[in-house]
Amino acid sequence: MLGLYVSDLPFSPQRLRLISYHKWIGITVFLLVLFRLLWRTTHSAPALPDTIPQWQKLAATATHGLLYLLMVAVPLSGWLFSSAAGVPVVYLGLVRLPDLIGADKALAANLKELHEILNYVMLGVVIAHVLAAIKHHFIDKDAVLVRMLPFIKPRS
Amino acid sequence: MKAFSRSRIAIALLTFTTGLAIAQVAMQPIPQDKVNIRFVSKQMNVPVEGKFRKVNASVAFDPAKIDASKAQFDIDLNSIDLGLPEAETEVKRPAWFDTAKYPKATFVSTGVKSLGGAKYEIAGKLTIKGITKDVTAPVTITQKAGVNDVAGALTIKRLDYKIGEGTWSDTDTVANEVEIKFTLSLPSTKK
Repeated sequence: MLGLYVSDLPFSPQRLRLISYHKWIGITVFLLVLFRLLWRTTHSAPALPDTIPQWQKLAATATHGLLYLLMVAVPLSGWLFSSAAGVPVVYLGLVRLPDLIGADKALAANLKELHEILNYVMLGVVIAHVLAAIKHHFIDKDAVLVRMLPFIKPRS
Repeated sequence: MKAFSRSRIAIALLTFTTGLAIAQVAMQPIPQDKVNIRFVSKQMNVPVEGKFRKVNASVAFDPAKIDASKAQFDIDLNSIDLGLPEAETEVKRPAWFDTAKYPKATFVSTGVKSLGGAKYEIAGKLTIKGITKDVTAPVTITQKAGVNDVAGALTIKRLDYKIGEGTWSDTDTVANEVEIKFTLSLPSTKK
């Protein structure tokens, strides 16, 4: 959302600040996603209850896979865009991250588009994911949503 | 006139003009491809590199006559290259360089001194946006075949010259310090 807001701002100190914060948030999310992926290689998610038909289980797995893919692709495309635009990413204003590619104006324009499109796609998948979770809770009345909460004991 | 006093006059004139020649070193204009002025500034601690594509430099340098050495730079501020068109447009505005009123930055040296070996120090007056300040910069001059390679650096505070005023004066967003790096290639009289 910050990215969307910032991209329409006129050039100003405020814009420079917000773009930097946007990049810091992006890199932080990217790191968290990498940790999550690492975690998932050794810890599988709880199995979906058998009350859920097979096709829905497949749809869920595919959606979650797509979400992970997007959660990596979105920040990565942003980082690539920044590098191609000739603007290094300095994480938290402290750590200069390597430029993933060299400055290239034409490529930067394309990467900007890609970053925007990927964000919209991810937004769409997130909405679908949230709607599905709500359906499970209110329509199917199964435990799929609440079992994610730390203080709810899992119903076996 | 007797031959004797004519030759004395001739000798006197010759001594005088030679003396003048010894005291002066001729200013040579430097071709554009032999002078490079770049700088690094920072926004949100992200380095922004830039350069000026048009610089008129004239230098008089002779290591044997260091006191007579001089340099003058006229920098066309509209020729700024930041690699970011948005930033280039902004930086010409009145809050920044105000290139409509002050299209050039100039440096005129007031003295060069030797620090030993290839190290020198140049002092002079830097004028940007109508504000003149005394600056000094360490410089190394290395001699290669028929060429004197000059390299130096100078850090200025942009707010000293009112570059980036008003909302842009926040130095947490755009740092005050700007490092200017300059290189020149001078023809050398030595072979």
